[in-house]
Amino acid sequence: MERLRFATVGSVDDGKSTLIGRLLFDSKSIFEDQLEHIEAVSKRRGTDYVDLSLLTDGLRAEREQGITIDVAYRYFATPKRNFIIADCPGHIQYTRNMITGASNVDLAIVLVDARTGIVEQTRRHSLLASLLGVPHLVICVNKMDLVDWSPGVFNRIRDEFEEFAARLSLRDVTFLPISALQGDNVVSRSPNLTWFEGPTLLHHLENVYTASDDNRVDARFPVQYVIRPQRAEHHDYRGYAGRVAGGVFRVGDDIMVLPSGLTTTVTGIDSPNGPLIQAEPNDAATLLLADDLSIARGDMICRPNNRPRQAQSLEAMLCWMDDAAPLQPDRIYSIKHTTKVTRAKVTKVLYRLNISTLHREIEARDLAFNEIGRVELHTTAPLFYDDYHVNRSTGSFILVDEHTGQTCAAGMLLSPRT
Amino acid sequence: MQSALRGLVDESVTIIREVAAEFERPVMLFSGGKDSVVMLHLAARAFAPARVPFPVMHIDTGHNFPEVIEFRDRAVADLDVRLIVGSVQASIDAGRMPDATGPRASRNPLQTITLLDSIAEHKFDAVFGGARRDEERARAKERVYSFRDSFGQWDPKTQRPELWGIYNGRHQPGEHFRIFPLSNWTELDIWRFVEEYDIPLPSIYFAHQRRVFRRDGMWMAESPFLSADADEPVVEQTVRFRTVGDATCTAAIESTASTLTQIIAETAAARVTERGATRADDRISEAGMEDRKKTGYF
Ligand SMILES: Nc1nc2c(ncn2[C@@H]2O[C@H](COP(=O)(O)OP(=O)(O)O)[C@@H](O)[C@H]2O)c(=O)[nH]1
Ligand SMILES: [Mg+2]
Repeated sequence: MERLRFATVGSVDDGKSTLIGRLLFDSKSIFEDQLEHIEAVSKRRGTDYVDLSLLTDGLRAEREQGITIDVAYRYFATPKRNFIIADCPGHIQYTRNMITGASNVDLAIVLVDARTGIVEQTRRHSLLASLLGVPHLVICVNKMDLVDWSPGVFNRIRDEFEEFAARLSLRDVTFLPISALQGDNVVSRSPNLTWFEGPTLLHHLENVYTASDDNRVDARFPVQYVIRPQRAEHHDYRGYAGRVAGGVFRVGDDIMVLPSGLTTTVTGIDSPNGPLIQAEPNDAATLLLADDLSIARGDMICRPNNRPRQAQSLEAMLCWMDDAAPLQPDRIYSIKHTTKVTRAKVTKVLYRLNISTLHREIEARDLAFNEIGRVELHTTAPLFYDDYHVNRSTGSFILVDEHTGQTCAAGMLLSPRT
Repeated sequence: MQSALRGLVDESVTIIREVAAEFERPVMLFSGGKDSVVMLHLAARAFAPARVPFPVMHIDTGHNFPEVIEFRDRAVADLDVRLIVGSVQASIDAGRMPDATGPRASRNPLQTITLLDSIAEHKFDAVFGGARRDEERARAKERVYSFRDSFGQWDPKTQRPELWGIYNGRHQPGEHFRIFPLSNWTELDIWRFVEEYDIPLPSIYFAHQRRVFRRDGMWMAESPFLSADADEPVVEQTVRFRTVGDATCTAAIESTASTLTQIIAETAAARVTERGATRADDRISEAGMEDRKKTGYF
């Protein structure tokens, strides 16, 4: 059975946590003790209905403040698919937690309150989903019960979003009217929304086509770990373990190792699931090679006729996530890209992106907490990378503050503008 | 396209290898419970045909089910890994804390002290735990690489961002990380893996006859560490365990499921979570697990 990872994003109080509660509840994925627990807590607080958001807002501070602070992960399955949900916080100060939840999903649900329509956080989160390359977006116009189930309101919000989204690079956007509170058009069709001809949310989640989202063309294998059993019976075994970051590796393939540029042939592929004839994107694999080359963690295995870019001077979109200090150009950070750790400094901020207007502010010199911009950076060792749009694994990196250890930025590599 | 179970296996194996590559002194917690058994088997597969390049550690309350301790010792021998035992009894004897006393005494919370002392003693910088996010609402919030300060504390409000499966394990001496390779597994995934990959488990997970008594709505097993009160009649029941922990706070469930197929069917149809059905320690308060984790619990 297939697995779909999705995140719920959007502004505070637009109904993300309630929607997840509703999905779990209506798909019978809530256990009795969990339900008893949230019923008891709801009652203790004097809420006159069962507050489904308590299913994901599990931290003390979240319940005290009635908000989502960090991502909660929930799991459910229907006969068609397995789902991993990341319920993301809506507040601007928790944007880095939203990015954490949305960075590796197949689909993002953007909740919009039908009464208020598109707000700043709707734009910010949609922009982030676009930058993060989330393949599928669903705009759920929620709380339709509070606008008399009006098709006019739904259409107006859809038009407004489409106008904004025209300037983003979103591949697949679907619009759905729902009411998370009562479950209208979430798992089952709603008598209140007979004018709507599209699918229910769950139907869409079960059927959205994701098979072509992986890059199966450009073979990339960042070496993670070298397996050399120091035991007599496997004396000559030397395997290069990692996870396929793109393309397909087959026994018999000619491969090239970077940075050395040496070439050899794949003689076997081991995996935690036994030997393989071919390893595909996301497979954990151990490559066995014909020649005894010097290969270490951080090296990149590819095909001789299809190599990643190689550079020390790079361009990237950077999301600054450190609340303690802004990005300081020329300061040295630790950079982690695939399995390689080296050092980097940002040599120039090319522009800061205004999140509401999408205007490029070229006068910017730094990036503060939660700001996004395009930068030039320089690394102490070359990176072997692809454009983020082409490959999310070989196109992404993080910057780490060498003193505090904080993960201070998420970066998406782009081909330099010429 | 990967099957969901295979996707989980490959994700976990990748996390385990990453830690082995980046940390100086990792250790894997191993109790003999199903999650830690699955985690250890994944570690074996991550490095095969080489040995697992780190030891395993059991934090032993001394209040065990004997079947589980026998299983633990057999498993580490079969997989050829080194076992370290952190003993709660030894911590008590050394005066690190008083033993739990009183009518409902359990050593479960005392494990934290022994765990943190053992981590400090061996200078472990990465400690693998078998916790899953579907188990409990505080765990649902935790990162795969979960930072612990020099007091072993988790701060849920300042977790580091964690993107794309690029993990940041940077820390100062004295700080460490808890690593949760099974974060995205559910109870059902664990059982499906056990079946598909033919993983041995302690016998108490399968239906058997046992002397039990009813307490707080759960079936507690009679043992040298736990006896029934006068108003708690002891009966012989067909039961099995859904989770395995300290014998004083882990309950059995009524079940006749004695094969993996039956257990999987039973798990798929279960209407109560595994912790809700079997753990006395989780009933303490609305945020029992969060509070324990903040002070360094598993
Ligand atoms: N009337 C109505 N209220 C809703 C609906 N969905 C959510 N709410 C309410 O909106 C408030 C915020 O919901 P919550 O799920 O916490 O929002 P989040 O901040 O996006 O996670 C809560 O009081 C919900 O009960 C809906 O469809 N209709
Ligand atoms: Mg919320």
